Amino acid sequence: MWDYTEKVKDHFLNPRNVGEIDNPDGVGEVGSLACGDALRLSFTLDEKKRIKDAKFKTFGCASAIASSSALTEIIKGMTLDEAAKVSNQDIANYLGGLPEEKMHCSVMGREALEAAIANYRGQKVVKEDFEIVCKCFGVTDNEIIKAIRENDLNTVEQVTYYTKAGGGCGQCHPKIEALIERVRREMEKEAPPAKPEKKKLTNIQKIKLIEETLGREIIPALKADGGDLELIDVEGNKVYVALRGKCSFCPSSEFTLKKYVETKLREFVSDDIELEEVRP
Amino acid sequence: MKTVYVDNNATTMVAPEVLEAMLPYFSEFYGNPSSMHFFGGQVQKKVNEAREKVADFLGAEPSEIVFTSCGTESDNAAILGTLDSYPEKRHLITTRVEHPAVDNLSTYLSRKGYRVIELSVDREGRLDLDELRESITDETILVTIMYANNETGVIFPIGEIGEIVKARGIPFHSDGVQAAGKIPLNLKKSTIDMLSISGHKLHAPKGIGVLYIRKGTKFSPFLIGGHQEKGRRGGTENVPYIIGLGEACELAKKNLEDENTRVKALRDYLESKILEKVPNTLVNGDRKNRLPNTLSVSFEYVEGESILLLLSDLGICASSGSACTSGSLEPSHVLRAMGVPFTAAHGSIRFSLSIYNTKEEMDYIVEHLPPIIQRLRDISPFWKDYLKSQGKQ
Repeated sequence: MWDYTEKVKDHFLNPRNVGEIDNPDGVGEVGSLACGDALRLSFTLDEKKRIKDAKFKTFGCASAIASSSALTEIIKGMTLDEAAKVSNQDIANYLGGLPEEKMHCSVMGREALEAAIANYRGQKVVKEDFEIVCKCFGVTDNEIIKAIRENDLNTVEQVTYYTKAGGGCGQCHPKIEALIERVRREMEKEAPPAKPEKKKLTNIQKIKLIEETLGREIIPALKADGGDLELIDVEGNKVYVALRGKCSFCPSSEFTLKKYVETKLREFVSDDIELEEVRP
Repeated sequence: MKTVYVDNNATTMVAPEVLEAMLPYFSEFYGNPSSMHFFGGQVQKKVNEAREKVADFLGAEPSEIVFTSCGTESDNAAILGTLDSYPEKRHLITTRVEHPAVDNLSTYLSRKGYRVIELSVDREGRLDLDELRESITDETILVTIMYANNETGVIFPIGEIGEIVKARGIPFHSDGVQAAGKIPLNLKKSTIDMLSISGHKLHAPKGIGVLYIRKGTKFSPFLIGGHQEKGRRGGTENVPYIIGLGEACELAKKNLEDENTRVKALRDYLESKILEKVPNTLVNGDRKNRLPNTLSVSFEYVEGESILLLLSDLGICASSGSACTSGSLEPSHVLRAMGVPFTAAHGSIRFSLSIYNTKEEMDYIVEHLPPIIQRLRDISPFWKDYLKSQGKQ
């Protein structure tokens, strides 16, 4: 039996936002009956061009349904530019992780989102200059390359877990191997030189720097949406904050926090910062 | 939460009588059957009795029974042991719907330079015996064809197959793991040279199997070691499990009629109720030649793992031929070989009953399964499309 997290089970047993929006601003559909899973995502925008409502219909296993449900929760309230940055890893993280063999479910979520955004923008999903590598599941080289880059994949098995490519007859394994080798070589070349070590801070310096970073990088953006954030305490690498205003009852706040605030604090203060939310 | 266990083709409950018979051989009677003292001798006597019980159940001679560790070992021993006896030939015949123990071994052998013919099946999971006749050549070492299919329960015409194979003087092995205990097997009257069975499919524990080898069949041991099992399988006898299997075979013989009357009626009841209550449902496999305990059904436009987990949430234990349950990405090789359409192959569920199941349990399934399928169809994008295409919405 798969070792699903409680969050996966919850989103499978009580999926959020099931359905199809009648007059959607964007619709994206990926997968097929033959492949064993498929996802149809639709959304509407509010007057500020943020995703007001998102709904899904999914054919697939428990993790496919849970990933779709998570996706709709994540993107609600986002602008399309923000939504376009949601990665399959974000979907998996939101669910507390997925078994590696099931990561393709999170990739399916990201692909449906891409398709829906492109549909709204009146673009066709760019599928030119591609080659179908896996004929069993119709996976292109571009899709495989993207999965390798975004998820730092090393083996054919991993590529299969994330994209399904190579999961059928297996004839394309040598091609996938060649792609992995090529992309990893490119990634090595592109990798930026290691950043200079961050200075070791005293506790007071650290708290000051955290306050500065929150004030400059985070709070203004939250305030713009009627929310706010307050620094409660700092203990070692743990930073305790409380959400105020609109943020405190926003369902995507957990996501906002983990993803956005933690990244910023790690960038400007210290690599090992862990964010904890203090609930009132 | 109550547990409704209907996954008996995967494994079965150890019968209480079986466990009871085994226990003394974990404690007081720990002697080695090969020892030259009374302490080992008394154990050897019990192992012999168990061998007689197994032989009696299969309609075989005790000397034709070789104890192994599992069904997979029996299959491997039969196939590799026969190939080893005919080193000059390179051809064997099997089917596309075998258990992985045979299927993956055939793939391995074809990589090693053997020519393996896999016979196809039709939409009902039946073999074409003409294809078998045409496939046999002078180079053929062995024909290995399962007795009954684990996923669909389809029973192959083993008698006829055996006659075709024997007429050409070729050894015939059958994987009888799913058949044993569910349908009568009389090996003396059959044309089978070797038959594999597995203890845990008939209420003995996991870790014990049997390979029946008809007297006079050419065979080289797979596990080379001591003189045990008349030199056909080295290794100290797994005494408690052998005793347990003997007991289980005695019980299985007694329960065979119940299996083919009461259990079959329960299966038929479950099948008819599911078909009645859930639209767009199909039964996989030849309903006329099927194990009495097995039901494979496909629910269109939904996926098997989701069904299983929702059933499991209610205490119902079944299995699926869908891709996602096995960690592979394609539906079961059996359903694909049968050409079950993709709309249905991903949504297949297998219910496999035992003598311990009751009518109440079937009613519990019948009550809870239809809402589960409906719930998943409401989530599935294809169900609404299907209804639209039918002008129902």
